[in-house]
Formats: sequence, structure tokens, C-alpha cells
Amino acid sequence: MSLDFLLEIGTEEIPHWMIPGALAQLAKMDLLGATARVDATPRRLVVRAQGLPERTPDSEQIVKGPPITAGDKAAEGFAKKQGADASALRKAGNYYELVKKVSGRAALDILAESLPGAILGVQWPKTMYWTDRSGPRFIRPIRWLVALLGDQVIPVEIGGVRSGNVTRGHRILGASSIPVTIANYESELRKNFVILAAHERRHKIEKEGAALGAKLDGDLVETLTYITEFPTAIKGDFDPAYLALPAEVLTTVMRHHQKYFSVEDAIGLAPNFVAVMNTSGDPDGLVKNGNERVLKARFNDARFFWNVDQAKKLAERVDDLAKVTFQAKLGSYKEKTDRVVALVKELGGNADAQRAALLCKCDLTTEMVKEFTDLQGVVGGLYAKAQGEPEAVSRAIYEHYEPLSMDDSIPETREGQILALADKLDTLRGCFGVGLIPSGSKDPFALRRAAQGIVKILVEAGLDYKLDSLAQGELHAFLLDRVQHYFREVRGFNYDEVNAVLKVGVTTLKDVEDRLSHVARVRPTPNFEPLAASFKRINNILKQANFTGGAVDKSLLEAGPENDLYEAYTKLPANGPLEDVAELRPLTDRFFDTVMVNAPDPKIRENRLSMLSDMLRKFSSIADFSEIVTSGDQTKS
Amino acid sequence: MDTFQDTVLKLKHYWADRGTIIQEPYDVEVGAGTMCPETFLRVLGPKPYRVAYVQPSRRPADGRYGENPNRLYKHQQLQVILKPTPDEAIGIDLSKHDIKFEEDNWESPTLGAWGIGWQVMLDGLEITQFTYFQQCGGIDLDLAPAELTYGLERISAFLQGVDSVYDMLWAPGVKYSEVRLADEVQFSVYNFEMANVDRLWRLLGEYEAECKELLAGYEKYPEKHRYPVLAAYDQVLKCSHLFNLLDARGAISVTERVGVIKRVRDLAVGTAKIWAAQQSDQQSEGALA
Repeated sequence: MSLDFLLEIGTEEIPHWMIPGALAQLAKMDLLGATARVDATPRRLVVRAQGLPERTPDSEQIVKGPPITAGDKAAEGFAKKQGADASALRKAGNYYELVKKVSGRAALDILAESLPGAILGVQWPKTMYWTDRSGPRFIRPIRWLVALLGDQVIPVEIGGVRSGNVTRGHRILGASSIPVTIANYESELRKNFVILAAHERRHKIEKEGAALGAKLDGDLVETLTYITEFPTAIKGDFDPAYLALPAEVLTTVMRHHQKYFSVEDAIGLAPNFVAVMNTSGDPDGLVKNGNERVLKARFNDARFFWNVDQAKKLAERVDDLAKVTFQAKLGSYKEKTDRVVALVKELGGNADAQRAALLCKCDLTTEMVKEFTDLQGVVGGLYAKAQGEPEAVSRAIYEHYEPLSMDDSIPETREGQILALADKLDTLRGCFGVGLIPSGSKDPFALRRAAQGIVKILVEAGLDYKLDSLAQGELHAFLLDRVQHYFREVRGFNYDEVNAVLKVGVTTLKDVEDRLSHVARVRPTPNFEPLAASFKRINNILKQANFTGGAVDKSLLEAGPENDLYEAYTKLPANGPLEDVAELRPLTDRFFDTVMVNAPDPKIRENRLSMLSDMLRKFSSIADFSEIVTSGDQTKS
Repeated sequence: MDTFQDTVLKLKHYWADRGTIIQEPYDVEVGAGTMCPETFLRVLGPKPYRVAYVQPSRRPADGRYGENPNRLYKHQQLQVILKPTPDEAIGIDLSKHDIKFEEDNWESPTLGAWGIGWQVMLDGLEITQFTYFQQCGGIDLDLAPAELTYGLERISAFLQGVDSVYDMLWAPGVKYSEVRLADEVQFSVYNFEMANVDRLWRLLGEYEAECKELLAGYEKYPEKHRYPVLAAYDQVLKCSHLFNLLDARGAISVTERVGVIKRVRDLAVGTAKIWAAQQSDQQSEGALA
């Protein structure tokens, strides 16, 4: 007979962001071959499975005994120790051995033994004890345990809590003691206002939120899914007068501080919000009212910060940056500002870009950014605008942390692009200069993100700075690595195309992009890969011959395939379309089919090598075709 | 409608009815109710204790000259310590409201203390902090006491439905501003503009020296139960407050910061150690009840 299994670890509220990781571990729990199904709410981690055996099967165990040469005494001693008669021993090679029958065990016993370890063995970012110092450690106190195998309770005890068949409902709406069976477990929870499945809670939040006009945001939906057991969305309002504050500030308050969704109408932000409660409804409007009051107080704070901050303009805050540390070894933000201003100038930034560079970090001294750190840059831009700085200056400040991720867009204005570039480049140069170089997963200063941002800006803004004018040495290599990553992962070019293009050198990233597009465009044409294969062959021939270089002597060319190929390739422009180069394929094939490069006459041989080398060089300014993986050498990939 | 003092009295009653001692505030400046000896020292060791008290908490850097509707240099906290933690410390009966528990761990680097916990959100308002203490003065706690901290101004302003804490009623007919505004204005001026930085540094050194001397004397003192460990702890609190003042004055650079925090933590850790030793010495002597 096969049995079903249920484990519910009842806890005090677990931090939402840790739950999925814990479930992934619990899903691997050893359940005698059955597959674990996991679910969770903030107050319970649940593992269910079907088809566990009632007992494990009987088995045989072979125990190796003494060598036969050790004599009967030793054999008897061994048998006795194993609790068997010497007559039960059998010979295996030069040794005695004993076949022991091991009876299977009841699944209930096995699980009773294994569950505490499986539960307490879950790895958490930080654990606690709650009984006393010698007590169990878990993410939060364990308050109840349901452990059932079929209709039997699996006896388990953790920190004084004994397992049973009694669960608890929603903290406020549900009963605090609910006997369950495996079959009715989920429905009993539902009756007691606990929606066990995360996807159901998520769907409820999204559906109700959308119906109320919420501007849904994936991260926030996920957070709310795991801090509620019975999520219900409600809409609240705020005084439209607060819309005079920048939308960025209002949304940050709503989303990050209050976990509300903002609401937008045709014009922009609407004076409403959507909150997700952990309860079934708000018939008297008490929750709505309470949340509205809290939000009002928060908005009041923001308005207060805004007003206080205006008393001292950004321009008057530059010297205050001397008191804000950028990085211990790299000095203050004042020093960083000086460097960035100089760098913007060096990069050819105009007066507006330089002004923006001077002011861009000043918002770090404002009350608003101290309160809403995510809004650094954004607040600076808004203040600059309010304080009458030119549009180009305020925009550049506003945008200069962009792109925040690979999906984020780059600054829109040229001033913003140059400032963003200079700011990131200064951080990278500084950190690399004092040995703060990311290794493995360690990247505390988010230098990869900064480097990625630089690459994205250089390419997408079409800025014509040469990569080696921006960085040298290790930093150059670091950026190059990000260039590869960008073109492969973000732009979707094949890795061999990226390698081929980068192999022949990097000037500007715009040039890299052009060449890559060029290669990718001809890649699917029928002549390209065979030609690439020929180029690879040429490469190998030159390498084997240790060819060091020489000029082509036209008079030594043989009429026919050799001369035809020569005439054809010399007619083509060096950086012309690769489609035309691909057209050389029949001639190249004919050359290799009919002409022997290793001619007996060393002069002819040298001349042929010179010609191949000349042709290779001529068309290798776009990409090194020998890096292209052709169907002939798939194994290399 | 409940005035500020009604709310305070109700909460005190609530906890008194549940068997906690109602203490009065401690009379040395503290940044949080946790720093009072009633919490910091009592959570150490195996002896059960339940206490609740209102503690004025001074945070010089939070002063806003009385101009910010919610932020105060000095606010009142109701601090509750339950040691050991009851089986289910959180008991709330609010059927018509929305309660959420959001992760919020607590850490005090100057006290060498940390705990695991939540902020409890009632209809979007943080009504209390709930923490299971794990370590205090660098010592792993025998029991993991539960701490509840209520920011009384915030709760009361919310209950009264006023936009600014200064507008709420402290007592019938008496506004919070009448009781406290002068305090906020004058201490903001002092903390941010006038406190004499050189003298504060000297004072910090003096209190530190006093504390160190006391900590060093315990070992050789014959009658352990008479030894003034509690006085040593007062010096720690003085140092901690001076640190906060210097910080508000902008006198502590980022690089110095770590060093000064460590100076204060060393005193806190040293005091906790001796206090714990004194407790177990007393137990073995049977000297004090």
C-alpha cells in the first residue's frame, strides 16, 4: 500500500525574500523515493508527496569476513560478532563473508528520524534561537508542526513543539486550532482564510490590483505574495495637492515605503493608490482610512524635505561634498566631483555637461536623498530644474546613474551620456587603481554594472571614443569582457562572430557593432561559411609554413585559377561589403582544388603564400574569419 | 478620543495586567529604550524578567528645530521586555484591521547587540517593533527575550488623526507642542550649532576613563555584590550620548566613526561581561535575592 505525506512547519512570519530559496531546498527532501511538492505562506512551509511505501523492502547485506587462511577460530569469532552461526558463512575468493538479511523499516519510523534533520538542515541567510541558547536554530520560531503519513501522525519534536494533525488558520480571520487530514488540509486552510498556493495569491493580487487600476510591478507583487496569507487589494486616495511633488518621489514613497501600487490615468500619476491587505475585506473602510493617513504623513515628510532642501541650492552644496566619503581609499565625493568634471572636459563635454558634472553628486547632501536613497540623481535633476539650471544640465544630472541594468535605457541627452560615462569611468579607474578589482561573485562596488553601463552607453549612443583611450591594462581587459557579454547576451550575436570581430582589434565600440552587424548579415548567405573555412585553411597553411611576409610578384602568378583569384580579390575594396568577399568562394575553391601551394620551386611557393597572406590580410580588417565556427568544426564549440 | 497620556496609560495598564513590572524612565540620556539597564543588563543571564517602561529617547541628529511634523530629537518609547519569550509573544485581536509582519532586524553596533524581528504594520502604519534578542554586549543570551518597542508619538498622532505630532493632544486641552516644542527647538540649536566640539571630545575621554577604571577594579574587589557595575554602565550611556552629539555636530568623519563606535562598544561589552560575572557570583554566594 502506498501512502501520502504532509509536513507543515508552522512558524512566525518568515521574511518574504527567503521563502522561495527554502522551498527549493525542501523540495529535495528524501521521501523514500516520492517526489516532494512544496508550498508556503509567510507562516508555514509545506511539503506534500504521494505514493510513499509503507515499509522499505527487505534487503541483503554482505559483510566481509576474515581471510580463509586466518583459520576456523577467526571465522567463528567473526560469525559470533555478527550474531550468526559459523555455518552461515560462505567463501568468496580468499575471504569469508556473511549474507545478512536486513528487514525493511516502516516509513513512519524512518521519517520520524529524518524529519527534524531535514527541517533544521534548511540553509537560511541568518538563523535565530528562541527557546534558549542550546535550543534549535531556524529562520523564525517554529510554533507548530503537522506531520502526517497517511492517517498517522509522524512523531517529531523540535524545540518543545510536538507534531500533530492540528494546523492554524489566518492570524486574525482563521481558527487557531484546526484538525486536518491530508485530503482536506488545503481546503480547511482555505476555510480559515489561508490561500496556500503562492501562484493563487499572486493571481489574486494581480487580478484585483489591475481591476483597481494599479500599475503592477513584478517585484512588489512577489513581495506581497509572500507577506500575505489572504491578500485582498483595496484602493485608497490622497489629496491631489500632493501631485505637485514630483511623480518620482510620490511613487517611491508608495512603492518602497508603503508597498502600495501607484495608479496612473491619462495625464500621469492619479491621486490614488492600491494597497494589498492580508485580510478578506475592509467593510467599514477602516483599513483604507488608516493607510490614507499613513500615506499623507509620508507625503508630508517628502514635502517637508523638498522645502527644506530648497533653502540651499545644489550649487552651494559642492563644498559640503568634502564631508561625504566616496570610498575610504578614494577620498570624498568632492574629490570625485573634481575628477569627473575634468574627465567630462577631457571627453569633450560642453559647458552644460561640465556644469552637470559639478552638481551631479550634490543631492547626496539633501534631506530627500538621505530619506529616499534610491532617488539619488533623480532628486538632483529635479532640484536643478527647480533652481533654474538649464534644461541640459538638469536632464544630465537626472539621467547620470543610467543605465541601472542591462535592460535599463541609457541617458537620452548627449550631456547625460557623457556625464554618465565619466562618472562610471572614474569609479572604475579609481577602484582598479587602488586594487579593488572584482573577483568571482565578489563585486561590492558594482563595478561590473558600471562597466556594463559604459559599454551600453558607448554603443547605443554611438560615442566615438576609442576603448584604449578610456582604459588600459586590467581595466581595458575588464571592459573588453563586458563588450563580449553585451554583444552576446544583450544583442544576441553568436559568440564566434563576436570573437572573430574582436580578434582583429577594437577601436570604437560603434565600429565593433558595425563590423558585427556586417558579419551577422552575411553569415546566412551560402558562400560565407565555406569561405570562412577557406580562410581558416589559409591561416593554417601560413602558420605551418612559418610564413613571415613578402610582396606578391605578379609575374610569378600562374594563369588560370591563381591569377583569376588574384585579379578578383585585388579588385575588391578592403573594407567593402562582405557579400562581395563571399563571392570569392568559387574562385578560392578552384584555387585550392587545382593549384598546389607547396610548389617545388621555392620562389613560386613563397609567392603563393604571399598572395594568400595578402588576401587574408585585406579582408581581415572586419573580422578574423578563422574564429568563425563552421559546420566542419562544430566540435570546437 | 485618546490623548497622548491616555494612550500611554492604557498601554501601561495593558502590560501591567499581563504581569510585567511597570518601571519608570531611566535618568541618563539614551538613544533608545533598549539601552536602559532594565533592558541591556537584565536580558543577560538566565533569570526571568518582565518589564515595561516609557523611556524618553534622545537622538540629537534627528532634531528638526520643531519644524518636521514627525521627526523629533527626543521621543517617547514604550519598551517591553519579556524574558523568556512566551510561547506566542504576538497576540493581536484586531478583526477589522490589516496586520502584516515585515522583516526588520535590529542591530546596535555601539552596544554589541542584535536581534531578529519585525516591524508590525497596522493598516500600513508601523505600530511596533518586535525583536527576539540574540546577543547583547557581545554575549550570546541564555534565553532569547522578546522586546516590543512602541513609538508613542507616532501611534498617538495616528490615533488622533493629526498631521503633525505637535498638534496632538497630550492631555485634554494641552497640545504636544505646548509641552515639548521648546525642547525640540533649543536642543536642535544646541546639538547642531553650539555644542562645543572640543569639550565634547574631552568629556567622551573622561567618561571613558571613568568607565575603564571601574571595569578594571572588579577583579580585585572583595565583596562582588557591592561593586558598582551599574555605575560603570552609566558611563557607557554617557559616552554613547556624547558620540551621538558629536555625530550630530558633524564632528566625526567617516573614517573616525568606526574607531569611536568601537571605543563605546568595548566599554559596553566590558560592562556586560562583568555584570554577567557579578550575577553568577551572586548566585553562588547567595548574597542577594
